Amino acid sequence: MSLICLKNLSRRYQMGEETIHALRDVSLEIERGEYVAIMGPSGSGKSTLMNLLGCLDTPTSGTYELNGTNVSEMDDNELAEVRNREIGFVFQTFNLLPRSNALRNVELPLIYSGMTFDERRRVALEALTAVGLADRVTHKPNELSGGQRQRVAIARALVNTPSIILADEPTGNLDSKTGDEIMTLFEDLSRKGNTVFVVTHEEEVALHARRIIRIRDGLIASDEAVKH
Amino acid sequence: MNFLSELKEGLAIAWDAILANKMRSVLTTLGIVIGIVTVTLMGTALDAMNRAFHQSISIIGADTLFVQRGSWLAHTEAEWLGFLKRREITWLQAREVEKQMTLARGVAPVVVMFQSVGYQSRNARGVQIIGSTDQFLVTSGFSVGQGRFMTEMESEGGRPVCVIGMDVATNLFLNEDPIGKRIRIGSRPLEVIGVLAKQGSFMGMKSLDNEVIIPIRQLLGGYWRNPDFQIQVKVSEINRIEDAKEELQGIMRKIRRLAPGDPDDFAINQQEHLISMFNRVAGIIATVGLLITGLSLFVGGIGIMNIMFVSVAERTREIGVRKAIGAKRRTILIQFLIEAASICMIGGLVGLAITYLMVLAVGRFMPVPVSLSIPVMGVAILVSLFTGLASGFFPAWRAARMDPVEALRNE
Ligand SMILES: Nc1ncnc2c1ncn2[C@@H]1O[C@H](COP(=O)(O)OP(=O)(O)O)[C@@H](O)[C@H]1O
Ligand SMILES: [Mg+2]
Repeated sequence: MSLICLKNLSRRYQMGEETIHALRDVSLEIERGEYVAIMGPSGSGKSTLMNLLGCLDTPTSGTYELNGTNVSEMDDNELAEVRNREIGFVFQTFNLLPRSNALRNVELPLIYSGMTFDERRRVALEALTAVGLADRVTHKPNELSGGQRQRVAIARALVNTPSIILADEPTGNLDSKTGDEIMTLFEDLSRKGNTVFVVTHEEEVALHARRIIRIRDGLIASDEAVKH
Repeated sequence: MNFLSELKEGLAIAWDAILANKMRSVLTTLGIVIGIVTVTLMGTALDAMNRAFHQSISIIGADTLFVQRGSWLAHTEAEWLGFLKRREITWLQAREVEKQMTLARGVAPVVVMFQSVGYQSRNARGVQIIGSTDQFLVTSGFSVGQGRFMTEMESEGGRPVCVIGMDVATNLFLNEDPIGKRIRIGSRPLEVIGVLAKQGSFMGMKSLDNEVIIPIRQLLGGYWRNPDFQIQVKVSEINRIEDAKEELQGIMRKIRRLAPGDPDDFAINQQEHLISMFNRVAGIIATVGLLITGLSLFVGGIGIMNIMFVSVAERTREIGVRKAIGAKRRTILIQFLIEAASICMIGGLVGLAITYLMVLAVGRFMPVPVSLSIPVMGVAILVSLFTGLASGFFPAWRAARMDPVEALRNE
């Protein structure tokens, strides 16, 4: 059984009279441990797809099975639990809580999953160490560089050992050198068995992945393996 | 995530947010501070009024029952004449009531007559002579200003002693010390053992200080052998005045041997109108106070609501992030409710502190003791908590229901 199974997934937005088809009848299967790059021009529906995959949004039609459970019919609370357990998000703009230090930012998913204080301290420190920030745990986001912030965000995405890591243009706000470092980090994660999705504009970045899905106007234009 | 850890987490976040916007928090809290100061001052004032009233109730005698032949509520002359035909209340009956009453703090037989009173060459006419026992001090609510009241021994022995009112003291003795001197009541000499404290006049009408109190046996032996008695009963608790009245009625009927169907041939009088008047006034004050208080709290609450809406709008992205990471609606709701409640609680505590100082400062110039009572403080804290929860609810609800995708797109 595949980790992710999308069947005729559509997402439409109603803007007054006009219906915007952000995603049209997308069907897709993703196995555990895959490293997928999603590419396409701006406005093609990449973020829409990521939001659906991450259970932040629900499809207008079609079904989404994650780990064999149909998540397209879950209510708000159930989706929150799935996001907490199964999904790790990494955003283009990092989205760290500005008033909390790195450690507290990374702890947040563990607080929501109800882990005890001592244990979540330990697990969060481990995650920060894994992304090379063991010496920055008490720094607030504005005391960190862009690359470091994105590492904190990645640690936060990892800390709950999710089934999927979703990164929507994670290098979009970084210079190319730092971007490369972040991509190397994702490659590491993939090698350790994580399922990773990365949205990107850059062919070079996409070549880190092992499968590239191209989207155009809400449709899958191509879906091919990368030959290394 | 269980409720307790949600509370703890919510508190931590709330403090963070409050500290991050100190100035705004202070300004917002101001509304609640004013509200709570109003609540507590109001409560304290009502408290003090109540206490003052219960003090004066004893002095004026609202907790005293007066057993007499006639009712104070007689409307016609015929009715009044009817009362006069009733059997008199006798010394023995009065003693019996004294023995049998259980719900009383004091029972005193009272006979009133008028006589002229003299000392050396000075005379005062038409002075009210009250014959009673040592219990009269309890039932009348009078207090002794100088010297002492008669003892039980003096009362039972019918000793030739007396306690005089302030007017009598000044009229007969001028600046002389009356204690130990002998005055003449009618033709008999009695020794002055005490002077009553000044009572003033009752509602500006007749002076309450123009009287002499003597042992009832002295009055019976020396002046009036078979007078009509009045029995004064001071009830043990004002709240149980109705029970006491019932007991008293039963005793009187038994003593006067009334058959079950017969009507009472006596009346139990009380100053009901005083209590009802007070209750009316207190009710009006409480209502007006509640309105003012409610209004100021309402305004404070609106301020909190406004700030909370701003806070929610400012932190839309944060809400999106928290939701993406797994916060449920309930978690977000609780977070913002706690923030609103915390602001209000801080306001409430500051308000309490201000009131405490105000009461301390003003209390010195008050005729009755005023202090901030524990119940009033409790109410203030509950009220501020409630205001916080009530005014924080809509903003928190809006935050909780935000769509995470929309929230994350927010700039
Ligand atoms: N909340 C929304 N309301 C209306 N239209 C939307 C909304 N979100 C996205 N869209 C539209 O859906 C399409 C796909 O958007 P998106 O998935 O964000 O594109 P991408 O991430 O590939 O740039 C775009 O045309 C966008 O304008
Ligand atoms: Mg996008």
